[in-house]
Amino acid sequence: MKVALFIPCYVDQFYPQVAIATLELLEKYGCDVHFPKNQTCCGQPMANSGFEHLTQGCSDLFVENFTGFDYIVCPSGSCTLHIKEHLGVPGIAKKCYELIEFLTDVLIVDDLKVKFPYKVGLHQSCHGQRGLKLAQMSELNAPPFSKVERLLDQVEGLELVNLDRKDECCGFGGTFCVAEEALSVRMGQDRIADHLKNGTQVLTAGDMSCLMHMEGIIRREKLPIKVMHLAEILNGAEISVAEPVS
Amino acid sequence: MNHAELAENFIKDGERTTWHDETLWFVRKKRDLAAFQIPEWEALREAASQIKHNGLSHMHEYLIAFEEKATANGIKVHWAMDALEHNQIVHRILKENSIAEIIKSKSMLTEECHLNEYLIENGVDVVDTDLGERIVQLREEKPSHIVLPAIHLKKEDVGETFHQHLGTEKGNKDPQYLTEAARQHLREKFVSRKAALTGVNFAVAETGEFVVCTNEGNADMGAHLADVHIACMGFEKIIPERKHLGVFLRLLARSATGQPITTYSSHFKKPRPGQQMHIVIVDNGRSQQLGREDFRNSLKCIRCGACMNTCPVYRRSGGHSYHSAVAGPIGSILAPNLDMRKNADLPFASTLCGSCSNVCPVKIDIHDQLYKWRQVLVKEGHVPFGKKVAMRAMTFTLSHPGVFKTAGKMGRKMMGLAPFTVSNGLNPWYKQREMPAPPKESFREWFSKNRNGQ
Repeated sequence: MKVALFIPCYVDQFYPQVAIATLELLEKYGCDVHFPKNQTCCGQPMANSGFEHLTQGCSDLFVENFTGFDYIVCPSGSCTLHIKEHLGVPGIAKKCYELIEFLTDVLIVDDLKVKFPYKVGLHQSCHGQRGLKLAQMSELNAPPFSKVERLLDQVEGLELVNLDRKDECCGFGGTFCVAEEALSVRMGQDRIADHLKNGTQVLTAGDMSCLMHMEGIIRREKLPIKVMHLAEILNGAEISVAEPVS
Repeated sequence: MNHAELAENFIKDGERTTWHDETLWFVRKKRDLAAFQIPEWEALREAASQIKHNGLSHMHEYLIAFEEKATANGIKVHWAMDALEHNQIVHRILKENSIAEIIKSKSMLTEECHLNEYLIENGVDVVDTDLGERIVQLREEKPSHIVLPAIHLKKEDVGETFHQHLGTEKGNKDPQYLTEAARQHLREKFVSRKAALTGVNFAVAETGEFVVCTNEGNADMGAHLADVHIACMGFEKIIPERKHLGVFLRLLARSATGQPITTYSSHFKKPRPGQQMHIVIVDNGRSQQLGREDFRNSLKCIRCGACMNTCPVYRRSGGHSYHSAVAGPIGSILAPNLDMRKNADLPFASTLCGSCSNVCPVKIDIHDQLYKWRQVLVKEGHVPFGKKVAMRAMTFTLSHPGVFKTAGKMGRKMMGLAPFTVSNGLNPWYKQREMPAPPKESFREWFSKNRNGQ
């Protein structure tokens, strides 16, 4: 299975450990993983700001880099959604998967064999949840499911924290985070407060952008929460934080 | 001031922001509770959406049918092209009847048309009879929410307002005491005023009747006692048949406040003997919106306010931050149609989280329309020059892998590359957040070292 790794631009530049964890996870499950090296960005930051008409260059580059693979896998729901909804190339869109759904739906991972003995708070990133339907949405009168939780349930020792508001937006929102700085930060603070109140030791999500925003606040306010991408936990990262559960 | 500045002002009072957020979240939870008791909830939403779709697709025929039936029932139907014509029609009806004092129940359309200001300028006294609307009217404010107009106020604020205007005891904030004071004050208006204006929730093409939903009964009290009843509606309030009310009335109050149905769902079909009944049907940009394929569905809105209650932005910025008659996500897709320049900031006052579209009882694709409005507004030139330059620079970098690599290397030192910093000289990210700690190498550098230079 020939898989192209689609790494969001900011993950490439700021969070290489997340990309490495994604790569190793896919390799662990037998994928032949390639990293098309001229990839840059999906174009979402421009498109969400109203500049979709400027993204042709990014789109062409994306198609050029990602043609000829069985699957395209990305550790971000938001970037994946952009490719699926706005790139306008059906052949690429149908091969493009967010990492979690690729693990549950294509690789059918049911025995992770990793340990993570901590209280983990899951942030449901909106684009992954409401856009890609990675988990049931709290607004709908429909049966619950969660692809992420199906994987986290397989992690030994991991205790998932119950939040007061399980799928409220963190306030990152792309350029919203600077255009509406005060509001964005306030939304992030409220999300973090929910995690603090309910005992989160490690805050995780499928999107590093939400986490980058919340980590920025956590570090500024010196709060006792560690931030990690889901790929790192699922790949068996070993960390040290105060008071493991068991 | 734009939404970002108004929101920043609102948030300065942190405690009040928490209270506002929690109050509206409580309403959202009540909505969930009510909605989830209906097993066919999602099917109901779909049915409502389809009925409205049919309505929008046959607007012309339904409006003509409605006019015919309503006229036959003895109602006088008026057509208004825009806000001004609407206001003139209402004023003319009052003048013809020598009436200079009216009472009015909730109507977002009259807010949109600035009817109160127009009538007051023309010497007509207007009293809003919905409790929340009366409170904001006394304070000379605008409603901050379409269903809960005074939701931005605490009982202390109401106590102070009533003390100033209705002579209640200073410092008394007991809700029952204050409500009783409002009741007595309004009772006198209900009994004495000769004309009552109401909104319209649903107008039935099949029968020519219209339905007005309130919890306080104030629309009924006004309309039943007045000699002249004027009902104002945007043309999208039309529904094809009476039986469709069985879908909409089940959805409306559950979505709005979590009640199974509004306390009063009153059907008005014909005037009482000796009474005049008028309906003013207003366009005011609706035809234009109907013609915009991407935004047409926004006219399905039944004004329940669920999108506001669920919106994490609205809950923390307050309705007034939207500087438009209809606030929140739905307001942000309606307002640019009325005035693109003035409301160009509103579609950007969202993280596109999508919660609004999920609670919408008529399944309007609100967050997708916010995205689409952004594209329109940028193309029409309603975007700051600095942002345009930044976006072009970013596009250039991201369209050229070589430039991206070099900029990335430099950027990790200078933090200049990150998409969220480019549009800003002073980097608002850093005001209340740390920047990500820059790693020593990018993933692509690591990959070429560790995977045989693939």
